[in-house]
Amino acid sequence: MSGVRGPGGLPEQSRGARGVRGARGAGLALHDVTVRHHGPYGPVTAVDGVSLEIARGRTVGLVGESGSGKSTLARAIVGLDRPCAGRIAIDGREYPVRRAADRRRWGRRVQLVFQDPDTALDPRMTVRQSLAEAAGAFARLDRRAREQRVGELLELVGLDAGCAGRLPGQLSGGQRQRVAVARALAVDPAVLVADEVTSALDVSVRAALLGMLRELQRRMGFAMLFISHDLAAVRQVSDAVAVMYLGRIVETASNEALPGGARHPYTRTLLSAVPSLHTGRRPGGEALPLSGEAPDPASPPAGCRFHPRCPVGPSRRPGREVCAVQDPWDETARVACHFPYPAGDGPEHA
Amino acid sequence: MGVTALAMLASLAVLAVVGPVLWGPAADRPDPSAVLQGPTGGHPLGTDHLGRDLLARLLASTWSSLLPAVTATLLGAAAGVTLGALTAVVGGRTRRLLGAFINLLLAFPALLVAMFFAVLFGAGARGAVFALAVACAPGFARLTQTLAAGVAGTDFMAAARVLGLRRHRLLRRHVLPHVAEPLLLNTTVAVGSALVALSGLSFLGLGAQPPSYDWGLLLSQGLDRVYTEPLPAVAPGIAIVYAGVAFQLLGEVLAKAATRQHPPARQTGEPAASPAPTGRRPAGADLLLEVADLRVALPAGDRTIRPVRGVSLALRRGEMVGLVGESGSGKSLTALALADLLPDGARATWSAHRFLGADVGSLTRRERHRQLATGMAMIFQNPASAFNPALRIETQLTEAVRAHHGIPREQAVEQARVQLQRVALPGERRLLRSRPFQLSGGQRQRVAIAAASMMRPDLVIADEPTTALDVTVQRQIMDLLRRVRRDDATAILFISHDIALVADACDRVLVMYGGTIVESLPARALADGARHPYTRMLVASVRGLTADRESSPPGLGGAPPDPGGTAPGCPFLDRCPQRLDRCAAEIPVLSALDPHHEVACWRPLPPTASSGRPETEECDT
Amino acid sequence: MATVSARIGALSRRHPWAVFCCRRAVRLTVLLLLVVTASFAMIRLVPGDPVRAALGVDAPPDLVAAERRNLGLDRELTAQYWSYLRRLAHGDLGVSLVTGEPVTELIRARLPATLRLAVPAFVCVLAVALPGGMLAGIRTRGGRRPRTELTLTVVTSVVAGVPDFVLAAGLTAGLAVGLRAFPVAGDLGPQSYVLPVLALALAPTAVLLRIVRVETLRVLAMDHVRAARAKRLPAATLHLRHVAPNTLTASLTVAGSLLPALIAGTVLVEKVFAWPGIGSAMAQSVVAQDYAVVQASVLVLGSAVLVANFLVDLALALLDPRSVIRET
Repeated sequence: MSGVRGPGGLPEQSRGARGVRGARGAGLALHDVTVRHHGPYGPVTAVDGVSLEIARGRTVGLVGESGSGKSTLARAIVGLDRPCAGRIAIDGREYPVRRAADRRRWGRRVQLVFQDPDTALDPRMTVRQSLAEAAGAFARLDRRAREQRVGELLELVGLDAGCAGRLPGQLSGGQRQRVAVARALAVDPAVLVADEVTSALDVSVRAALLGMLRELQRRMGFAMLFISHDLAAVRQVSDAVAVMYLGRIVETASNEALPGGARHPYTRTLLSAVPSLHTGRRPGGEALPLSGEAPDPASPPAGCRFHPRCPVGPSRRPGREVCAVQDPWDETARVACHFPYPAGDGPEHA
Repeated sequence: MGVTALAMLASLAVLAVVGPVLWGPAADRPDPSAVLQGPTGGHPLGTDHLGRDLLARLLASTWSSLLPAVTATLLGAAAGVTLGALTAVVGGRTRRLLGAFINLLLAFPALLVAMFFAVLFGAGARGAVFALAVACAPGFARLTQTLAAGVAGTDFMAAARVLGLRRHRLLRRHVLPHVAEPLLLNTTVAVGSALVALSGLSFLGLGAQPPSYDWGLLLSQGLDRVYTEPLPAVAPGIAIVYAGVAFQLLGEVLAKAATRQHPPARQTGEPAASPAPTGRRPAGADLLLEVADLRVALPAGDRTIRPVRGVSLALRRGEMVGLVGESGSGKSLTALALADLLPDGARATWSAHRFLGADVGSLTRRERHRQLATGMAMIFQNPASAFNPALRIETQLTEAVRAHHGIPREQAVEQARVQLQRVALPGERRLLRSRPFQLSGGQRQRVAIAAASMMRPDLVIADEPTTALDVTVQRQIMDLLRRVRRDDATAILFISHDIALVADACDRVLVMYGGTIVESLPARALADGARHPYTRMLVASVRGLTADRESSPPGLGGAPPDPGGTAPGCPFLDRCPQRLDRCAAEIPVLSALDPHHEVACWRPLPPTASSGRPETEECDT
Repeated sequence: MATVSARIGALSRRHPWAVFCCRRAVRLTVLLLLVVTASFAMIRLVPGDPVRAALGVDAPPDLVAAERRNLGLDRELTAQYWSYLRRLAHGDLGVSLVTGEPVTELIRARLPATLRLAVPAFVCVLAVALPGGMLAGIRTRGGRRPRTELTLTVVTSVVAGVPDFVLAAGLTAGLAVGLRAFPVAGDLGPQSYVLPVLALALAPTAVLLRIVRVETLRVLAMDHVRAARAKRLPAATLHLRHVAPNTLTASLTVAGSLLPALIAGTVLVEKVFAWPGIGSAMAQSVVAQDYAVVQASVLVLGSAVLVANFLVDLALALLDPRSVIRET
């Protein structure tokens, strides 16, 4: 699904000018990004030709199961994993592959918040030390300026100044995750990648963190890639949603279009798997049971990668053998499926 | 032990410094009249072949025995740590080459390497020190490499790299502080073994050369006459052992201190008298499990925490009950207490506990074992670790029925095959022969369900069985659990942090907070009928897919209560939006609002005006 | 590069065992070559003239020259190396500089004696430490019996701190000289094995016992043991079936790493007991500067360690099939 332009990809659009810098090309642009790992049995293509654009001040949610390549993509965007093909650009500047010194400075444009707040902070450094290190990473600050910046950052994420002297072990999970967000925002990045930031937190603190992220984005105007397996959380913060399966983006849709407008059977399945408090009422439509589990990314199936598990694929519907042979991957389409659900159709379509 | 180690080390240090001064002259004074004497009053250990006093020689050589050992260790550590730390800094291919090189060096025994180099460097103390340094370097290199690799893989190192920190800063600020402690520990232990190895080299004639001497040489000389006089050989031996053990113990003490340092223990006083249990007993003959005022106390460091504080619950046959709560609410420990699987040191008390019609308190150990073995099965959260990695699936599925029902193997395997078919796992014959690591997470959890239903238990406790799985697989597992319950009329206690999942699957929901059950209500009523503020908050946090993005859901300030805390009031007090004075003084008890709905709150919220959703909606999946 | 690794990956997916064995065999070969080279280099790197050192300062110059020619020391280094390898392939290790006896004969006569010590000692270590450590772990789990635990820690760290040759001397003094319960030295029948084997085995046993205990505690705390407990199996079944196999992998890895030290320890222990093994031959020849014998002993002992490690690796892979996949 290269060339997908979600609504998040359209820059200026019904959005106030508050804090948003730059015009066209501002934000994150991925083009045909491919990342390979060394697996136990040779190379594994974890991310396969992903293209995506996120304008400043906008959020794209990236959804998928474990092993779909979400986290690898996140690491590639911040430069922790080297893509073997494709381009990553922020505010029109491409990721500097050549020079190590430039690669180091890439972190000024993009920062990452990790899934597990327990391991994301150095357990031996106080909150102050962690934040001061981040604040001084790309700017020369004297002692006082640094101290002042730490205070600002703590206030930004809603922690009181007393936290500065604490070690991560003395904070709760939610507080730690706030510190991690503060550290990422210390360099005032153009792009923030949030990798499953809420999945290790309890529900009672989850909502507050999501609210905070949206509020910070409104104030600071960064582009955000919000990665999660939790569709409900993704919908809560995102302008557009991209669904990833086995290293590829199989569908992008605007947030408003979901859940009813989902066109890919995998997206529908994910939507229908979200449990609801009102039994029997699945907002994602009728239950689409998936057989089996995600196949090994080291040897993806031929044809459509989803076809062995597809609820409307060749194993369930006669006459759809094309799925097993031909890859529905297309440069221009927003959904990678031979038989997508019609746009805007209700869930009762089958 | 710490005192002993320090005392031993201090005595060695004192001896090393004063030994040569005090006994040096006596040690070198030959006495031709007293050659090769045994122990006498004047010479407690006897004399050597030149008539020199052996005790004086032993004491005077403390310095010359210890210094080379320490030097060799420090040299080896410096070389090894540099080599090991290099692996964390250099690029991929060089790192692999260095790793292979360290592996090569490690394959050879240190003593042999030391002998090899001692031969090269020439016999003598200096050669021995260099030889030993070379020999102990690979060990340090490997340790540093492993430790640094561990740190390099962490998220905080990744975050530091994204911040563009330079290599030397990464090493200094993030890597070294984390590896310094175990390295220091290893160094003390290495000094002990270097001392021993050095003595060994001297003993072989490769270390200290006469006229200089150390313990190893004294031992070697003493051994020549061990047939007539054991003491001259034994005394240097004891000295070597003494010093070796001193360093070993120091390492032991340091290691203990390091592990103790890490969990910061918050100190709290002893708890006040616990509030009286309600004493209310649910009636009903078809109760499968009934427990009142269940409490669990766990020792944590130097205090006792009470994660479960008076849980009362009852399960009917064939009922599926959900137990919901956040991490630390005590839901898993409640389950473990019911299954008699509490960790070592934990204690469970209750005012009443009946299972399968028998009073648990009055059963003998054997009867209780038997009852739990046949009547209850558990499914654990993490399917990756719930199976024995070394055993085939077949053994793990059949061992319980074979042990408790005495079923022969073939029959048990046949039964296992049927169960696997039931959980929709094809190819059961091959599956039975496989080992857990060959299965995916979802497959393993299916096998766990099959294993749980092998015994046809009356109750299955499923502790977060889907948390570690993907959403699409989660659905499959939930459907299976429902089927087991329908087919076998098995009661299921389903523990989860996900209230939507529980509402979807269960008949009744128990909401747990701070070690107590705060509300018990039919799952149907959850969406609109919750009365406890905490339950209400949980329900509101389930946004579902239709929620409006702009309206931020209510979060909760504050943190869950400390399980070691002793405050007498409601556990939810700190986070409650509408507390009363009474809430701080008295813990609310679970009291019935209607026959199916109980809430533990002094001021339950009024029922919401239903937002037009019909309550009659039934689950048809 | 990528295609090669892909091909190996595909191969290891189909035949993990074959790839594993190949890799291990290659590793062993490289290591053996290293030992051979090291033993070759040793005699050339010794400061001064080894031949003169061995024959004495007042040996006639033409004898020294003849001996040098005999050893091939007068030729070019690469030529020396090739001839060394060629002779090694024929089992020719040269002659002793001191006695003039072929070194191969010496090794043939002495190696079995060393193995007769090392193998029983290793078996003793395993036989005592594996069950002992497991039992200690089970009895002291979850902070139970803190006094037993303390005693165990102190005793094992003291025993582990006693070097084998000191222990050998102590045992000789106490049991052989003092009580006359065992022969003092030499190979005089089964009784004379007791002390040397004991001296060799005691310290590694203490080390291994501690590690097995810690490992047992770790396994006992694992989820799958709790799951097995939930099945209410008899205690013996629970521990033997669910705990023991999982402690074995780590324990045997450590035991494998103790093996080199144990083999090296024979050098010292043999000297104390005047055991007619290869170690005592090495010790004597080091002092006598008989480098031909030292060279051969380094070669033989080094190779023995490597082959033993190789076998331990294979045994581990058989016990724990996951390690095969992890490695490849």
